[in-house]
Amino acid sequence: MDADAPPLLAVRDLTIALPVGGRMVTIVDSVSFTLGAREILGIVGESGSGKSMTALALMGLIDAPGARITGSARFKGRELVGLPQRAFRTLRGREIAMIFQDPMTAFTPVYTVGWQIDEQIRAHGRVTRKDARVRTIRLLGDMGVPDPARVADRYPHQLSGGLRQRAMIAMALSCNPSLLIADEPTTALDVTVQAQILDLLRRLRREYGSSVLLITHDMGVVAETCDRTMVLYSGTIAERGPTGAVFARPGHPYTAALLDSIPPLHGARPARLPSIPGSPPAPADRPAGCPFAPRCGYAHDACAVRPPLLPRGVQDIACVLPAEGRDLPARCVSA
Amino acid sequence: MAMAVLRRLGQTLFVLFGISVLVFLVFFATPGADPTARIAGRNASPQTIARVRVEYGFDRPLPVQYVRMMEKLFVTRDLTSYVNRGELVVPEVFQAAPVTVSLVTGAALIWVLASVAMGTLAAALRGTWVDRGLMMLGLVGISIPVFWLGQVANLLTQSRYHDSWLFSWVPGLGYVPFTQDPLGWFRALVIPWVTLAVLFVGIYSRVLRADLVAVRGEDFMRTARAKGLSPARVLLFHGLRTSMMTFVSLFGLDFAQLVGGGALLTEVVFGLQGVGRLTYQALGNLDLPLIMATVMYSAVFVVIANAVVDMLYLLLDPRVRDGRA
Repeated sequence: MDADAPPLLAVRDLTIALPVGGRMVTIVDSVSFTLGAREILGIVGESGSGKSMTALALMGLIDAPGARITGSARFKGRELVGLPQRAFRTLRGREIAMIFQDPMTAFTPVYTVGWQIDEQIRAHGRVTRKDARVRTIRLLGDMGVPDPARVADRYPHQLSGGLRQRAMIAMALSCNPSLLIADEPTTALDVTVQAQILDLLRRLRREYGSSVLLITHDMGVVAETCDRTMVLYSGTIAERGPTGAVFARPGHPYTAALLDSIPPLHGARPARLPSIPGSPPAPADRPAGCPFAPRCGYAHDACAVRPPLLPRGVQDIACVLPAEGRDLPARCVSA
Repeated sequence: MAMAVLRRLGQTLFVLFGISVLVFLVFFATPGADPTARIAGRNASPQTIARVRVEYGFDRPLPVQYVRMMEKLFVTRDLTSYVNRGELVVPEVFQAAPVTVSLVTGAALIWVLASVAMGTLAAALRGTWVDRGLMMLGLVGISIPVFWLGQVANLLTQSRYHDSWLFSWVPGLGYVPFTQDPLGWFRALVIPWVTLAVLFVGIYSRVLRADLVAVRGEDFMRTARAKGLSPARVLLFHGLRTSMMTFVSLFGLDFAQLVGGGALLTEVVFGLQGVGRLTYQALGNLDLPLIMATVMYSAVFVVIANAVVDMLYLLLDPRVRDGRA
């Protein structure tokens, strides 16, 4: 990646607040990251950590009345925050495309899969019905769908979960978007199908030159797929950095805890997998200091002030430990 | 697909058979009422009574009576009225049917178009004063009794303002056959159409709006928006199209019950000799053969309409086609 070129997507202090019961509750708090061309960035976090919200904001799909989005998100030099819906529409599907978690419910049940892909192609260019269908079939074939011409004429409920997700990805890629946002694309799938879909996502950047924003709660998926990783906790960034480094030397106790809860492939099998005690705070009652402090084994007085995101080697970590000279132990990486 | 259609047809015939048996038992086999005496009329001679008894098979077991009755209804069609002696019942129903069908079809066209427009507009502008205004209007439509609305319409167009330029085109009450004078047919029916449609416009637009609002939260609607489609296309092609299911099943039932005689009040107010009015008269006179005929006619319509709705479902929803939903 050329270091001088401006990144494809530069998000700065993105903050999303929604009105809940009469007052504004911050769901995503000052999230910043960049995404280069042909890069795969993984956003990891538990449900409620704000990862999907971040994605929806980038798509301009947050339409809850009273939602307030501040900060900046520059996509190819164009500001997305505050962009009017009409302008967003030409970006959506053409420049930024999205795949959703559950491919069963993400297709309109009453149209064939091919019809729905044709629709997107025809929405963004003057393409005849016939040409659109030719492209649809080629895309489905590229996604590894066997007998794509027949699959195009099938209804969503007639396809398996894996085929449906492939069709979904084909639809997302139909207009050659520069950015693909994948929101938990493998969560609803079998493990074997999961691996195939991830493989497909990795291939995309080679064959289509797309950057991918992969949203997941699964550290295994991240390890397998992403160049860089960003760990979100409770709407804020806990840690971000190159995937290899984050997995080898997690700097934030939360990242370390997430990694600990993956069963090891080698060595002795633990009698019981470690888990993180407690549950993430609801957006409305996040603590003033470090949001992870109530669940953190390392919590001490310094945690009462929210730690800023500070660089530590190639990583950025929002924790006081590195500054105190108390790094977390390195891990042997099996992934 | 063909199998599903055939199966549906079999069910339809079975239901019709069930209804006919039930109606027959209620009206002809209730203890204490001798149908022979009623058919023969007051002060009939014993010979006449005996003849009637043999003709209708009232001296034979019930199944034979039932078959005789069905034969008279559907095959020979020579069932005669108790009240207007010698008046054949089946042709009477067939004379009334076009009136009702004309009335209900026109009204249905109006209410479908109007409610789809209103419901969709309200859902698209959810929360605005347009939405609130339209839904309020719908509620008003539901609350107005159809006979009152009809009388008011008559009052305005038939007497008070009949001679003004606005309503001078309105013909007197009654039905004009389409085959005789299409324009006259239209003029005679347009006000009854609107009157009958008002209630249903109210119900349907509210139901459709609720469905459209509910469907907005579905994943596929988000996908459709993420594809970069225009809001109108998302609403019409993805939202409205999937919301049509409730609408269609509701429509099938309402349409059938109206054609089957449910438009009685409108028919009476506007002096239309339709099936509803015929049934009403038959019930008033306890004219058993006529009741039998109109109820069977109405049952046939309801059942056929249900079958048609099921066929439409097959067309509308591919999941039903595969028998999975």
